[in-house]
Amino acid sequence: MTAMHFLRLIAGAALLAAVAMSDAQAADYVAIPAGQLASVLANDADPLPSAVAGFAMRSTPVSNGEFLAFVKQAQQWQRGRVSRVFADGRYLLHWRAPVQLGDATLPEQAVTHVSWFAAQAFCESEGARLPTWLEWEYVAAADATRIDARASPAWRAQILSWYARPASAPPGIVGGSANVYGVRDLHGLIWEWVDDFNALLVSADSRNQGDPDKLQFCGAGAISLKDRDNYAVLMRIALLSSLGAADTTRNLGFRCVRPQAGENK
Amino acid sequence: MMARFSYAGFASARRVVAICAALCAVLGLSMAVCAAAPTKPLLPLPPNSIYHLQVPLTDQNGRIFAIDDFRGKAVLISMFYSSCQFVCPRIVESLKRTEAGLPAELRKRVPVLMVSFDAARDNSAALKEMANERHLDESIWTLAHTDPRNTRKLAALLGVQYRELPSGDFNHTSVLILLDADGRIVGNTFVLGEADPAFLKLVRKHAAPNASGK
Repeated sequence: MTAMHFLRLIAGAALLAAVAMSDAQAADYVAIPAGQLASVLANDADPLPSAVAGFAMRSTPVSNGEFLAFVKQAQQWQRGRVSRVFADGRYLLHWRAPVQLGDATLPEQAVTHVSWFAAQAFCESEGARLPTWLEWEYVAAADATRIDARASPAWRAQILSWYARPASAPPGIVGGSANVYGVRDLHGLIWEWVDDFNALLVSADSRNQGDPDKLQFCGAGAISLKDRDNYAVLMRIALLSSLGAADTTRNLGFRCVRPQAGENK
Repeated sequence: MMARFSYAGFASARRVVAICAALCAVLGLSMAVCAAAPTKPLLPLPPNSIYHLQVPLTDQNGRIFAIDDFRGKAVLISMFYSSCQFVCPRIVESLKRTEAGLPAELRKRVPVLMVSFDAARDNSAALKEMANERHLDESIWTLAHTDPRNTRKLAALLGVQYRELPSGDFNHTSVLILLDADGRIVGNTFVLGEADPAFLKLVRKHAAPNASGK
């Protein structure tokens, strides 16, 4: 056997292994049944809980490894190729190269330094989309045993303790403990993009009640925050509403949702 | 044919290329001949152009077009919804007064594009009704809608926030945005109901012939 043959064999085996691995890593979506949520974002005209239709959500945030596989296919989303209107200058800057993670970045870590547009594009590549704020909040309200644990001091304390940790460290490995739906890492790992991050409007009204700037908003007035004590969740809204769609940060990643099997919408 | 390209005789270079390709096929010409056709060569978009987003839009007459069909001209763009009672009429008023503030020879050079948030209700018929009610000159004004996902993406690019309320109204940012000939955001104003003098000055600058924005 020549060296060339040997190399080909190795390459072939590596390819097979890669295919097998990508199968094993096929995104795991878990069913989220329909229900209701009293969102921290009150509907001004409607104090009733918001109805949430059923959907399926990725059980873990998208990892570096998964995002790497995506940008290998979708070259326009590689660092250096992506249009500046879709991702800022720090997009995927923690990777060694546009299609290489490097030693300092693990494939199992949640991907961060991704823009809203890039996150949308990834989700669309697997027939999904980003969750709406309401969908995210609905699933994130759960703990290991309850679908709505938000009133629990333990639930809040756990989240707030994560906020207290320095943000300079890279995010951990995905796959923390599951909540009652089987969804992991909603709290304590990363911040997450939502589809309607630019709909939260919190900066423009609740902090400036009576401000003439309210005039720039149409409709039945402005959103007011219903549950002002829920800092744990309000921190998310504050962060999201400060972002532009091309922004990336060290701790901001995402996960996707799609219609439940059988609901072809 | 001309009626379909109603932006004062303006058609995107991309469409011209497509028509050219079709003619080539019909006439049995090689594409090399067509490549030499007297169309303006399309330079690559600048990195900060919103025309990198491919948004398919449908206007008040049911015509489907791409947002970068406006490439080559400065354009005034805003987002709205037609059942809006209070702020949106003031957006229209601002746009009208901005147009009216331009010298007559520049007026036709600055198209106005308003894109609806309300993908469910603002179909072409609803938009046409609004165009008629508000006496909008269709050689300048385009009222358009697209699907919810593209609406969200376009709004994200323009920095426009919006949220549908249970009542069917939308909370949204009311802003007039000026794009240059290559789709870069070069200015905006939140002044409603009248023309913002500083914004008007900017529009005039970018509307002038040879104001390529380069």
